Amino acid sequence: MSIGLGHYLTVAACLFTLGMFGIFLNRKNVIVILMSVELMLLAVNINFVAFSHFNGDLVGQVFALFILTVAAAEAAIGLAIIVVYYRNRGSIAVEDVNMMKG
Amino acid sequence: MATAAFFYLFAVLAVASAAMVILAKNPVHAVLFLILTFFNAAGLFILLGAEFLAMLLIVVYVGAVAVLFLFVVMMLDVDFAELKAGFIKNAKVGALVGGVVLAELVALFAFQGLQIAPAKVLAAATPSDISNTEALGRLIYTKYVYFFQGSGMILLVAMIGAIVLTLRHREGVKRQSIAAQVARGPATAMSIVKVPSGGSVIPAAKSKEAAE
Repeated sequence: MSIGLGHYLTVAACLFTLGMFGIFLNRKNVIVILMSVELMLLAVNINFVAFSHFNGDLVGQVFALFILTVAAAEAAIGLAIIVVYYRNRGSIAVEDVNMMKG
Repeated sequence: MATAAFFYLFAVLAVASAAMVILAKNPVHAVLFLILTFFNAAGLFILLGAEFLAMLLIVVYVGAVAVLFLFVVMMLDVDFAELKAGFIKNAKVGALVGGVVLAELVALFAFQGLQIAPAKVLAAATPSDISNTEALGRLIYTKYVYFFQGSGMILLVAMIGAIVLTLRHREGVKRQSIAAQVARGPATAMSIVKVPSGGSVIPAAKSKEAAE
C-alpha cells in the first residue's frame, strides 16, 4: 500500500495531541512543558513538509525552516528564563510563579 | 513496499518516544526520548524528499536544542519526584482535552470534513532536475531573502536575550585585572630600602592590593 498524505497527517496529529497531553500531565515541571511545546512544533513541521511534498510546492519547506528557527530561539530564551527563575526561587515549580501577584 | 515499511517504523517509533517524553519519570530520560523523536521525524522528512530539513532537524534540534535541555536539566538541582505529584489528577483533565483534540483531528479526515485537493496555484513548484538542498537555497536566497534575514535577526535577538538574562556579576570574586597588571612599572612595584645590619625591614605597602 502506498503512503499518502493522510498517513503523515495522522502521525502529526498524534504527536500534537501527545504534546498537548504532556502540558497537562506535567503541569508542575516547566522543562517538560517546554519539551511538549517542541513536540507540538515538530508536529506542525511534519504537516508543512507533508503538504509541501504532496502538493509539489517547495514553499512549505521554506516555512518549516522558519518555524525551526523560531523554535530554536524560543527554546533558548525559555531555558534562560528557567535558569534565572531557578536562581531567584530555588525551584522551577509552575505553581510558585506568583511574585507578580497576577 | 520498503517506503511503507520505513514509514511505519519511523512513525511508530516517533509516536512511542513522544509518549515516553511526557511519561518519563526522569527528565534526563525525557530529553533522550525527545532526541529519539527528532531522529525519527528526520527519517519521515527524508521519506518525504526533504533531505535538507531532515539534516537541519538533526543539527539544530539534536545538536543544539536537546543538548541545551540536557544542560539545564542537569544544572538545576531540582527534586523531580516532587514535581510529579498530582500526576494522576492532571492526567484525567489532560486525557479529556487530548482525547477531544485527537477525536476532532481524526474526524476531520474520517468524515471528509477536510477536502485535501492539490493546490491550484503553486507559489514555487518543486523542481525535478536539481536536489532538494539546491532548490531550497535558490528559493531562500532569492524570493524569500528578507524572511531569511528576518529569521537571522530573530536568532540574534534570542542570543542577546539569553546572554542578558543569564549573565550575572558575582560580588566578592577576585578577577584578574589585566589593565592594572600592564600599568605596573618599576616605580610602583619596587622600592629600595636600607636594611640595617643585623636587623630587618618590612617595606611600606605601595600597591592597592597589598594595602588591603
